[in-house]
Amino acid sequence: MAEYALTTPLTDEAVEKLRIGDRVLLSGVIYGARDAAHKRLVEALDRGEAPPIAVEGSVIYYVGPTPPRPGKVIGAAGPTTAYRMDAYAPRLMEVGMKGMIAKGKRSEAVKRAMVDRTAVYFGATGGAGALISRCIKKAEVVAYEDLGPEALRRMEVEAFPLTVVGDCHGGDLYLEGRKAWEGKA
Amino acid sequence: MRVIQAGQVTEALTRLGIEKAYKIPPDMLRCFDAALATEKSETGREILRQIQENAAIAAQGEVPYCQDTGTAVIFAEVGQELKVEGDLEAAIQEGVRRAYTDGFLRKSILADPLRRRNTGDNTPAIVHYALVPGDRLKLSFGAKGGGSENMSRLAMLRPSDGEEGVKNFVVETISQGGANACPPLVVGVGVGGNFEKVALLAKKAALRSPEARNADPYYAAMEEELKERCNRLGIGPMGLGGTVTVLAVNIEVFPCHLVALPVAVNVNCHADRHGEIVL
Repeated sequence: MAEYALTTPLTDEAVEKLRIGDRVLLSGVIYGARDAAHKRLVEALDRGEAPPIAVEGSVIYYVGPTPPRPGKVIGAAGPTTAYRMDAYAPRLMEVGMKGMIAKGKRSEAVKRAMVDRTAVYFGATGGAGALISRCIKKAEVVAYEDLGPEALRRMEVEAFPLTVVGDCHGGDLYLEGRKAWEGKA
Repeated sequence: MRVIQAGQVTEALTRLGIEKAYKIPPDMLRCFDAALATEKSETGREILRQIQENAAIAAQGEVPYCQDTGTAVIFAEVGQELKVEGDLEAAIQEGVRRAYTDGFLRKSILADPLRRRNTGDNTPAIVHYALVPGDRLKLSFGAKGGGSENMSRLAMLRPSDGEEGVKNFVVETISQGGANACPPLVVGVGVGGNFEKVALLAKKAALRSPEARNADPYYAAMEEELKERCNRLGIGPMGLGGTVTVLAVNIEVFPCHLVALPVAVNVNCHADRHGEIVL
């Protein structure tokens, strides 16, 4: 297990060296989007429209934060469960998305697309909303404001603690990690 | 007849709702300490350390523990010798509304399951009433996360499936969905009753303290056995592999029909926000 400090946008070269179990501290711009925002992003792409984010090399964080207190950047901002975005993720990888941050298992189609398109799936600690909020230095809604907690957000993060849970070589920590520890309790 | 004002219910519930979103109960914190001491995977220990740090940051009262501040679930036990002056149901809903609005909590409730418009204040809370002896009102509150709720299951087993059938169903539920439910988990199991009763039992069990064992030694032993079996699955903290998948398995039971063996598993994440008010 290696440790890396990475900055977005991610390159193929940066993604290729990552292996499941590696720890990453991620900095730079990431985009926060979940169910409804993904649906709209993919619909926009299918209509041939330019998406409201810089997709090339982008990292999308599946998050729906609590409202910020006055003077705060953001509220609690931990990851949501990824499988609900499985229907949309391969389409976004087609147009250059390189990373996803969330929690939980992915579909075979998503894992295949990660291999084909050289992309990575980072796990953030679910439920650690307060801890993660400290890494988010700036946050603004850039599209779909009507969706409330589900609006599309641009976030600037510093040293966001992540684990590589799916790599571009077909590795899946949800399978491998469990296999390694089955029957060991 | 003892009399309380509905407004007292609103005030108490507002306070409790906000407090629980920021301060994870002490029984959960003790379970995290125990989990860190027993977890064998380094990745698992790192996740548990993050969970502990998160709890400490949230307890300062600026940022909630988890961004999913949940569905408000309330078990209201109303003493038969108590009169609530005013509208109890409205008072409970107002308490929840204020907690989620004044406490800067996320509003996750949709007015309609298919048309999906947000109600904007996290109401309605889901309230279950019971009439009980006495002149008190007891409100058991849980802010129940949606991700773990989605991994919950119910089955109408055959009586011949017996104890093994019930235990296998619980382990199978955690095996299939545990990784997605933000482990380490508190697993609520209902056994008996009928179709709707068993789900309520599982919910009660999921919101019970992870440190409280079933009063019946037969079920208390089953709780311990199921905890061990779930932890042998290897799922680990956040599903990344490890030896602590569940912090506790809580079982609640009820008599049932002779042809039936209902079982329900309500999964709760490590953001197990539960508390009580007695008025």
